Amino acid sequence: MAVGAKKLPWWADGILLPTLNLLAAFLVSGIVIFAMGESPLEVLSLLVAGAFGFEEGISYTFYYATNFIFTGLAVSLAFHAGHFNIGGEGQAMIGGLGLALAVFMVGDGSPFFAVTMGIIGAAAFGAAWAYIPAYLQAKRGSHIVITTIMFNFIASALLAYFLVGPLQRPGGQMPESADFPASASLVGIHEMLAGLGITFEEGPMNISLLIALLCAVGVWFLLARTRFGYELRVVGQNQNAARFGGISVSRMTIVAMMISGALAGMMGLNELLGDQHRLVGGFTQGYGFVGIAVAFMGRNHPLGIVLASVLFGALYQGGSEISFEISTITNDVIIMIQGLVILFAGAMPHLFKGMIDMILGKLAGRVAA
Amino acid sequence: MIDFLTDITLLTDSTFRIATPLILAALAGLVAERGGIVDIGLEGKMLAAAFAAAAAAAVTGSPWPGLLAGIGASVALSLLHGYVAISQRGNQIVSGMAINIAVAGLAPTLANFWFHRGGQTPYLTDEQRFSAIKFPYASELADVPVIGQIYSEILSGHNLITYLTVLLVPGVAWMLYKTRFGLRLRAVGENPEAVDTAGISVAALRYQAMIIAGVLCGLAGTVLSTGLGAGFIRDMSAGKGFLALAAMIFGKWKPVPTLLACLLFGFVDALQGRLQGVELPLVGEIPVQFTIMMPYVLTVIILAGFVGRIQAPRASGIPYEKDH
Repeated sequence: MAVGAKKLPWWADGILLPTLNLLAAFLVSGIVIFAMGESPLEVLSLLVAGAFGFEEGISYTFYYATNFIFTGLAVSLAFHAGHFNIGGEGQAMIGGLGLALAVFMVGDGSPFFAVTMGIIGAAAFGAAWAYIPAYLQAKRGSHIVITTIMFNFIASALLAYFLVGPLQRPGGQMPESADFPASASLVGIHEMLAGLGITFEEGPMNISLLIALLCAVGVWFLLARTRFGYELRVVGQNQNAARFGGISVSRMTIVAMMISGALAGMMGLNELLGDQHRLVGGFTQGYGFVGIAVAFMGRNHPLGIVLASVLFGALYQGGSEISFEISTITNDVIIMIQGLVILFAGAMPHLFKGMIDMILGKLAGRVAA
Repeated sequence: MIDFLTDITLLTDSTFRIATPLILAALAGLVAERGGIVDIGLEGKMLAAAFAAAAAAAVTGSPWPGLLAGIGASVALSLLHGYVAISQRGNQIVSGMAINIAVAGLAPTLANFWFHRGGQTPYLTDEQRFSAIKFPYASELADVPVIGQIYSEILSGHNLITYLTVLLVPGVAWMLYKTRFGLRLRAVGENPEAVDTAGISVAALRYQAMIIAGVLCGLAGTVLSTGLGAGFIRDMSAGKGFLALAAMIFGKWKPVPTLLACLLFGFVDALQGRLQGVELPLVGEIPVQFTIMMPYVLTVIILAGFVGRIQAPRASGIPYEKDH
């Protein structure tokens, strides 16, 4: 097979192949939808209209995208260091717990202080939750894929314990905390736009989108422009070379995983500080796992991750709109489509490489002749 | 004292019950990794098999088509994973997670589409599932102290697949260590170049391993929905595929130690079920969330404390590329 034989031009590798993979995933999804007696084209047009057709829909699309930018960057950073952090879900849960504890501790007061403490709480708890599997991998050789998965289950039980125990809303029955103090809230994008004199329908999209984009720039800078980022990538590529070059592999594993956990933990900014204003059981909704799809779809590059996040944000928002119109197309269908996108874009990035190679070769031959 | 004996009997009984799908899934993971393919998609394959088995049993009214459907679904996904890992040389962890996520969405979607019960299959009656097999004279002997209890409570009254599992552990061990295929399989997981040099196809061996793993994992899923449970419910694999992988690592990729690890996990899970709502001396009642955590915490402790740095099959997880 010619796979891996030749290097494709950047546009074919970076744009054409991911697009073809995405189309393949959509094609298989379309076949499933067709088999269920629905029209794939109708579903697709409902999806696009639900995600981008009206201002509130756009707000939701970018609101979901914000979650995915955080979790996608988290998966990607760990992956650059050679590790598979499947624990984004649990790190986000514990990050949310840290956020809630921080804002309750601060109480009502200066909004800036409350939000800052919330961010620190979320990042610190997320990092701490990633620290344990990272330490066990670095020092004990415990398989990080298995331990991070176990830590997801443990985090979920721990969060449930806090939300029906010490943190439960006084007198409440639901697994949720009391409302955050009024000052602990992030400003909505529609409010910011209103300040500029632009009217935009009210929606959940909030300033954490900008924080997430800043994080993406930060991750890019860290990986591409700093010595630390270079060392991190060396560890990810070749541990022996790293050791030979005097880089501590175990230290790098732990630091990379903690940054990764902090990023995943910050997902709570968007969900909790931006929209729900209380800690809710199961608020992570599998977004940590979507981070895996986003990271691989985006080729582990921050810009690609942002684009893939918008795509998945649209899938989520558009998907939830479809279920109002067609009752058989539920959230489960969207989860299936995600899985297929991960399969085609993440696990088989070179599925169409041979074909493109051949076509480009023929075209080049024709130009030469 | 009598209470204590009854407790032990019941715990042992549920240990075997809970360990059955774990053992089958762990054996599946073992065969795949011994052949050089990391299979983190066990969870999804189990779930797919659980759904297919329950759906086919509900439609046909017999567990046997269910068994076939369960195995079929799992083998198909196994081959898909094999295609990614062997032919596409893709990332095996990503592929496994993709299968887990896709099935978590697809199974309830199809269940909802066919049965309109919010993502579940209909409740299976005893004729539609692999129900408990009572050994002869089990109820007569139940009152005989110790021996009677062991015979009627622990040995008797499991489903067919659980008894089959008891045979499959030595079966897989025999295949791995006593057959020519097993020798080649172990070689292809350690040193595929050598196998290739000997003129044996690495890809063919690995695909065969994936089929065997698919059958074993299909049995694991089938027993979940038609043996232990009575129908498919959303997310019913509940992390068992991952626990099975941990048990396989704890068992150092060997059948009998893996069996023991699965029994340990089964025992802890059975224990956590018994501990719910029970007042313990000194500590009082443990909140249910903490008892639920026990198997997962134990897994981490075992991986960190007792396993340490051990060598997985050397070529597992690495795509084989032939030098041209």
